[in-house]
Amino acid sequence: MKKVLEGSHAVSEAVKLARVRVVSAYPITPQTHIVEAISEACAEGSLDARFICVESEHSAMAAAIGASSGGVRTFTATSSQGLAYMHELLHWASGARLPIVMAEVNRALAPGWNIWMDQTDSLAQRDTGWIQLYCEDGQEVLDTTLMAFRLAEEVNLPVMVVLDAFFLSHTWEPVDVPDRESADRFLPAFFPRVVVDTANPCNMGQMSPPGVYMEMRHSVQMAMQMAGECLNETEDAFYRVFNRKYGRIEQHLCEDAEIVLVAAGTAVGVCREVVSGLREEGEKVGLLKIRLFRPFPSKIVSEVLKRARKVAVIDRNCSFGVGGIFAQEIKAALFNSDHRPGVYSYIAGLGGRDITPDTVREIYRITRNTEKPEPESVWIGLRPDE
Amino acid sequence: MEEIRFHGRGGQGTVVAAILMAKAFFKAGLWVQTFPLFGVERRGAPVEAYLRLDQKKIQVRCNIYTPDHVVVQDAKLLSTVDITAGLKPGGWVLLNARQVPENLKPFAGFRLAWVDATQIAVKYGLGTRTHPMINTAMVGAFAGLLKKPPLADVVGAIGEEIAVKTEHNVLAAREAYETVCVHGKVLEADDIKANPIKDIPIDDFHGNQ
Repeated sequence: MKKVLEGSHAVSEAVKLARVRVVSAYPITPQTHIVEAISEACAEGSLDARFICVESEHSAMAAAIGASSGGVRTFTATSSQGLAYMHELLHWASGARLPIVMAEVNRALAPGWNIWMDQTDSLAQRDTGWIQLYCEDGQEVLDTTLMAFRLAEEVNLPVMVVLDAFFLSHTWEPVDVPDRESADRFLPAFFPRVVVDTANPCNMGQMSPPGVYMEMRHSVQMAMQMAGECLNETEDAFYRVFNRKYGRIEQHLCEDAEIVLVAAGTAVGVCREVVSGLREEGEKVGLLKIRLFRPFPSKIVSEVLKRARKVAVIDRNCSFGVGGIFAQEIKAALFNSDHRPGVYSYIAGLGGRDITPDTVREIYRITRNTEKPEPESVWIGLRPDE
Repeated sequence: MEEIRFHGRGGQGTVVAAILMAKAFFKAGLWVQTFPLFGVERRGAPVEAYLRLDQKKIQVRCNIYTPDHVVVQDAKLLSTVDITAGLKPGGWVLLNARQVPENLKPFAGFRLAWVDATQIAVKYGLGTRTHPMINTAMVGAFAGLLKKPPLADVVGAIGEEIAVKTEHNVLAAREAYETVCVHGKVLEADDIKANPIKDIPIDDFHGNQ
């Protein structure tokens, strides 16, 4: 049934439909509404799960690792400093091949203390072995969270569902909430491949000397390489039940585009609006939405972009010393391609600064009017006196 | 697309007012999008919330800078917040006020409406005398002012969203719907000098349209 729902509650509705058994979390703005709703559901009995209220995010992930090792469907959610604090255990979750699902609400890292939208927190975790999916609207948040469990359990890797602070987490809009029967049809009960079992004791996470460690790492890499294809299968299954799908990427009007904008998260919606307007003005512009960041869908990205003359990547993040993180991935994806368009890297909208249609139009204008990309990322909307 | 900006103070239910309005418009068949301009939430501090309405899915997601209308839950905000910033010419300003404000200068170029939401909230026992919950009355007044969304959808939204004193909130919305006062035309220099301006009961106003 379609109802007006907050983005955070789109996550918690999906978690309830997924029949999660353990949720461990520590509240942090702007993620709090997600676990608030889940803890209420646990308290009133509408979700038959154990809610573990821990004293820190490090413990939240530790408890999730414990629960998932015990063989139950496990969820947590966090943001920013909380995610940074989990960092050590993020590696553990993927290395131990645990299908934990986490909602990560993109929020800026301190200092200065800032609770608003910024992608650097999740992108800084790109090498932890977590699958990362970026969402554009409330419906996609709900659908992606449901898909995440099936995908995680298929490849035995943890999945991070990433949503923008406030522009998504605190935004209410119509969302179709599936009925329980359909959700059950899409997401079967969880049957773990490996479980801690006192009747059959075994070691987990013990010393792994050079003779075995590399093979273990390789198995994670192989699972990651499979994850893209598994996401396609997951989406096909989802489509059969719900008639909706999103893809690893989405190309919008790219076929004849000379300039392609690239974005992830809610900036994609703003870009759609601008692309429609520019098309009406006769501009040959397209849009590439990146939904799957890890594993990065390099092959299809380069297939789409090699037809363009210029690519303008909008990064709401910064890897200091390099620049926009999505832009780096796009450049790497294109490098071995026969045709390499110019990649223009833009940094905009950090720490909750707005990305408006005017911001995107400015990015388009600079890209069109500049013959060659600057060597460094171009920062958009900086105040001139600072 | 129509864009509405809500001004209020932390603790006044400004965000909830925007959500109620979104739910009512959704019931009336529109696509809606609402979110707060999130600051560090403190009781009494100025807050803003945004509402977008359209016939089709809304793609754009950024703050609202050029609203079609503004709703002001506390007239005292006028001294600290530029509530008409970016407001489209001729747009409505709906104030929670007992009567027409003495200083009309801030409203030049716009249309003004007001409702005594505080008195209505107190009458129905919503919140306390010193801290009345005026948001349902403001939503009712807005619906009365624009004759949309339909009152039935406002009532439906309150039923869904407000668990405490639901009936009284409905009564407050209904009374505000019926008693919102308007100055029917765009305020110009002469009107501002001629304070007090002529107010028109809402039914007459819509009767004259």
